[in-house]
Amino acid sequence: MKKRRSNFQGMKINPSRFHRSQLIFYILLVPFSILMLLPIVFIFNHAFKPIGELFAYPPRFFVRQPTFDNFIELGRITSSSGVPFSRYILNSLFVTLLGVGAAILITSLSAYGLSKLKFKGKKFLFEVNTIALMFVPIAVQIPRYLIIAQSGLIDSYLGHILPVIVLPVAMFLLKQFIDQTPNELIESAKIDGASEMEIFFKIIFPIILPAIATVGILSFQVLWNDVTTSILYINDESKRTLAFFMMSLTSLQGNTVAGQGMAAAASLIMFIPNLTLFIFLQSRVMNTMAHSGIK
Amino acid sequence: MQYVLSNTLRFALIVGPFGYIMAFLLAWMLAQIPKIPRTILAIILYSPSLTLGVAMAAMWRIIFSGDANGYLNAILLSNNIILEPIQFLSSPQYLMTIMIIVSLWSSMGVGFLAMLAGVLNIDQTLYEAAYVDGIKNRTQEILYITLPSMKPQLLFGAVMAVVTTFQAGMIGVQLAGSNPTPQYAGQLIVNHIEDFGFIRYMMGYAAAISVVLLLIVYALSKITFRVLGDKS
Repeated sequence: MKKRRSNFQGMKINPSRFHRSQLIFYILLVPFSILMLLPIVFIFNHAFKPIGELFAYPPRFFVRQPTFDNFIELGRITSSSGVPFSRYILNSLFVTLLGVGAAILITSLSAYGLSKLKFKGKKFLFEVNTIALMFVPIAVQIPRYLIIAQSGLIDSYLGHILPVIVLPVAMFLLKQFIDQTPNELIESAKIDGASEMEIFFKIIFPIILPAIATVGILSFQVLWNDVTTSILYINDESKRTLAFFMMSLTSLQGNTVAGQGMAAAASLIMFIPNLTLFIFLQSRVMNTMAHSGIK
Repeated sequence: MQYVLSNTLRFALIVGPFGYIMAFLLAWMLAQIPKIPRTILAIILYSPSLTLGVAMAAMWRIIFSGDANGYLNAILLSNNIILEPIQFLSSPQYLMTIMIIVSLWSSMGVGFLAMLAGVLNIDQTLYEAAYVDGIKNRTQEILYITLPSMKPQLLFGAVMAVVTTFQAGMIGVQLAGSNPTPQYAGQLIVNHIEDFGFIRYMMGYAAAISVVLLLIVYALSKITFRVLGDKS
């Protein structure tokens, strides 16, 4: 028993250092991760393959002579289209940044309300959110279009943002996390004279930061990869987003072998921002609430 | 329709529970190792979900491609396991299996992230107290401490698993390249809605089906709420 105690730091959940007993987890996790990673590695390699290697038989997994041909080809096609490439990137960045900020603010505030405040119809509102979460997006496409059209948002940037910023998933996730925060904390803050807004921003927000980071990643993915808004609500080519442009390129070229490399290059360009943001926010997700000294 | 319903159920019954259990086990295992390797492995495990959409389907199409240039075919051919390339994506007997593999591969999504954060958020002193009180091994640790302490995240993960598996549908069409999929082999309920609503323009029928789907998902998630939700 005494020995077990002394090893506790290395054995427990979220250990601070390596311990022999952890070896089994590495043995299980590492091969599995490699399996999960293979397709990503593949797309990286495919993007840099010269045309000869794309046709090669037997096909090779790893690239032999990496070139930027696919990217140059992509650039050539994009420069011949009417709208400059940078315009799509700016559109995407603008829409995504604004959307992520709005999504975090809206979902976290409403989650706090549904979790901790007391008012009539609270249960009903949460039920509405759950049902919204379950509705198949394709089934609501037409009503959505009608709403967007009648509010005059066709061809405006808001048409990109508004339909996607209210994420029932994110609201549900945040509510689950806020449920875990102790009520005593809020009560003692109230006794000290804090308003609801102060409680939310100064107490709740820091505690649920890991969940907020998750929502940030989620909403970024939704907005950055979204093509339906560009297709349905935007007729003006210069207001469409990068995701739409990449999709139209790959669906035109992706079916031929020669187009495969370019499709891979295009998806790599779409993938990199996702990955960097995730790596950047990952440490936040991993940061435990234990640091805040509560619970 | 008879294909669609049985396909959807089969797909959901395999992908849903397996994806869910896998997500919990992986999140739990990741919590057992120190921070830096954990971060790296978590990024790798989550990366398939970062590449949503068409791009990934295009890549799987190359791997399972029907001619000898497809990677799987090339490997099987060169090892003399098969003599002729198999038309993986257009033959009904393989399409479903491939769809399940691809979906499981990309199922470490937001539910997985939530569970990871949930496992890590459990108070350390709970474990210490439990060991003092006589818990002996990790199985007991999971049963008595880990699972009860992360119920909200488990509920979230379960509901997400139900919702995403029943709403999955794009994957089969993207892999096979057509809607309906060959001999309805990979036809899920969402494809059915799209097929009737936007290809055959039988809007009323499509709307009726989407209401049925909503009812199925709603009933299932009510059950998960009952099992995992707070009693209060």
